[in-house]
Amino acid sequence: MIHFESVTKTYANQSRPAVESVTLDVEKGEFVFLVGPSGSGKSTFLRLILREERPTDGRIYVAGRDLARLTNWKVPQLRRRIGCVFQDFRLLPTKDVYQNIAFALEVIGKPRRFIRKVVPEVIDLVGLEGKGDRMPDELSGGEQQRVAMARAFVNRPMILLADEPTGNIDPATSIGIMKVLDRINRTGTTVVMATHDAAIVDSMRKRVIELEYGKIVRDQSRGVYGQAY
Amino acid sequence: MRAQFVFGEVWIGLRRNLTMTVALVVVVAISLSLLGTGLLFVKQVDHTRALWQNRIELSVYLCSQTPLTPRCTKNGPATAAQTDQVRKTLTSLPQVVTVTYQSAAQAYAQFRKEFADQPELVSSVQPGDIPASFAVKLKNAEADASPVGAAVNGMPGVQSVGDDSSILTNFYKLLDGARNAVIVVAIILIVAAILLVANTIRLSAFNRRRETAIMRLVGASNFYVQLPFLVEGMIAGLFGWLVAVGLLIAARSGLDGLQSYFPFHVELSTFDLVEVVVVTMLIGLALCGSTSFLTLRRYLRV
Repeated sequence: MIHFESVTKTYANQSRPAVESVTLDVEKGEFVFLVGPSGSGKSTFLRLILREERPTDGRIYVAGRDLARLTNWKVPQLRRRIGCVFQDFRLLPTKDVYQNIAFALEVIGKPRRFIRKVVPEVIDLVGLEGKGDRMPDELSGGEQQRVAMARAFVNRPMILLADEPTGNIDPATSIGIMKVLDRINRTGTTVVMATHDAAIVDSMRKRVIELEYGKIVRDQSRGVYGQAY
Repeated sequence: MRAQFVFGEVWIGLRRNLTMTVALVVVVAISLSLLGTGLLFVKQVDHTRALWQNRIELSVYLCSQTPLTPRCTKNGPATAAQTDQVRKTLTSLPQVVTVTYQSAAQAYAQFRKEFADQPELVSSVQPGDIPASFAVKLKNAEADASPVGAAVNGMPGVQSVGDDSSILTNFYKLLDGARNAVIVVAIILIVAAILLVANTIRLSAFNRRRETAIMRLVGASNFYVQLPFLVEGMIAGLFGWLVAVGLLIAARSGLDGLQSYFPFHVELSTFDLVEVVVVTMLIGLALCGSTSFLTLRRYLRV
């Protein structure tokens, strides 16, 4: 599903690469934690998958596509197969829950009949039954993150990228968020989650990839966050 | 393609920076109407030119029995041979279209007819007073008048050469000057309009950066991301154009009113107006559309 071949990314005006000779494979349906301190290259890794950045060196394949060969105008096609969740939710404050989720389908030109059918389904999936007409500022952080996950998942992506989705949420609520991610993973969607949350990583017992200074220092199936922390 | 969605976004965009939108509409309206007025002016001047072009003739007056210039006093009235020689010279010139001879008797008859309501004037003029003449129609009344005049002026039997077009030269200069001034001001305003379109779109892109970021993230095509902004710019341009149409209709009647000061009426046809209105619309849409597009390329990268 995601295949990196000695990928290096050096940003302009920086001597040290953000990601350095990373080679890895993430299979379809896997759940992967990406851990490591700030600046270890987790976000760059996710941006490379989305092709928001191009690697300085190496090859990346996502959902069977060689990203180096992907023309600019085909990038949207790639992104339709990838869902994204962020620490800061990124909801539209002027739209309610339903509209926020529907927006993701409207802008890729889905018919209204389809939207009316799938949005309520996904609202139920993330556990927000009956809250479709709430505005984001009427929701708790955990609920807002559920909306963001619903929006990321509504188009049934093959891959879901989550960049510290529990970063702004208290531990108790985080468990609920992780349950939703797990549920999404069980539908066959590959989940890659960058996180600092040791408790969550330890409790889930999924594959853990640890980055340090842009290099993979550990790749462990059914791993924990790490002894050092 | 979901038209309803795009127009919904456009409406939000226009409403959110209402002041910029209004400023844009006003500037587009003024610049387009000035440009349109300039174009109408051009048409008016062209029509006037064409009208005079057909009417203006070079008049070559021959010496009459009542000599008016020293040359005629010395040589007496033009003889038949001299008259023939002048005609031959005139017809041989390439700039000349037709040459019409009017004898002294015909000229007198015409004079009597034209001034029939002024009997004192008619009675004071004798048949021989009004000279015979050649009315010379030229290919280009303005440019050809002086060389042709020079060719025959001073020939034996020629009293004088009357060039109507010289009277109009200053008039044309005035019209051309006014037209150029209008067009220069219009161009300056169009530059202002372009900058304002760019700024409005930039502001709009900034206002909607959240939406745009999400659109890119969920894989909306560039076209879909940019279309609302493009339509926004073009709708503002269209509103400006509509206002400009009203102003142009007013400008047309103003220009027609100006014509009443001149002996020959040249009115702008509705066709002229429609033509100018369509041209200004195309210019307005192209201006707003292309500026929006170019601005977006800078601010909405994938």
